Amino acid sequence: MSKYLIEKYYRTERLPHIWCPGCGNGIVLKAIVKAIDNLKINKDDICVVSGIGCSSRATGYLDFNTVHTTHGRALAFATGIKFANPKLHVIVITGDGDCAAIGGNHLIHAARRNIDITTIVFNNNIYGMTGGQFSPTTPTGDKGTTAPYGNIDPNFDLCELAKASGATYVSRSTVYGVNMITKQVEEGIKNKGFSFIEVLTTCPTYYGRKNKKGDAAEMIRQLNEMTVNINAYDKLPEEKRENKIVIGELYRDTREEYTEKYDRLIKSF
Amino acid sequence: MKTLNDKKLIVEEEFCKGCGICVAFCPKNVLKVKNGKVLIADIDSCIQCGICEMRCPDYAIYLGGK
Repeated sequence: MSKYLIEKYYRTERLPHIWCPGCGNGIVLKAIVKAIDNLKINKDDICVVSGIGCSSRATGYLDFNTVHTTHGRALAFATGIKFANPKLHVIVITGDGDCAAIGGNHLIHAARRNIDITTIVFNNNIYGMTGGQFSPTTPTGDKGTTAPYGNIDPNFDLCELAKASGATYVSRSTVYGVNMITKQVEEGIKNKGFSFIEVLTTCPTYYGRKNKKGDAAEMIRQLNEMTVNINAYDKLPEEKRENKIVIGELYRDTREEYTEKYDRLIKSF
Repeated sequence: MKTLNDKKLIVEEEFCKGCGICVAFCPKNVLKVKNGKVLIADIDSCIQCGICEMRCPDYAIYLGGK
């Protein structure tokens, strides 16, 4: 199955990929490809857009229409692509720094407009490509190369941000639950509107080493321990909820999609 | 234990980066890391659960055949 997916959807001449040993990005990418395969969408009807960062290298390995854009602007380019050809399924692959820091403004406005884009954020809690600087999602107190005594900034809850900005599908998963990522990406692509999927992934090279989190397998296990499914979370007693990250489908809404609204406006003249 | 069906565990050595995720998650201790690459050490114990394939970030190990 794996081999079939790789031969069908990857630019095999570019493999093996550049990501570090134990990096979770490869797992997330395979889960995304599997979701596309499950939905049986034609390869030419998909456009994958990415910004800059470790995760954004993904577009180079995928054999769809792909655009590798400037730092933080993946959603801006994706909005243009969706407008030019509303029939395309536009998927944005972005990292936590790319999406929440440099491209934070594009995220909130794309969500506000409810444009039909599926955004998948590979959240590894750090800027991996540039050498381990702390990002807006680095938990308070954790270390990075630019926060040697611990980060004093409060970290972003990206799902809450997307929900508050107006996204119509918001979910979170981890690289431990690979099948959950696939399911959420399927739901995200099916949702007619802005879908936001945050995937918690691992960076053993910088985040793991700086914070003494153990090896790659240990970090994946820790992701499982610190998260709890939303269905179980509601039943948990108050004292056990502390420091738990909620995963699963967090929010769903129905609102008119942006390109449809625009189309209606044009037709009214 | 006998293999359950026609599937075969295949390692693509040039893809493997030796991160050890498959070794840590394998429920039957089939795999080992040797010289920075994964090695199938005990194929007779393999129950073909596919966890190594699911967890491998480098697409280096998979169950081949239909």
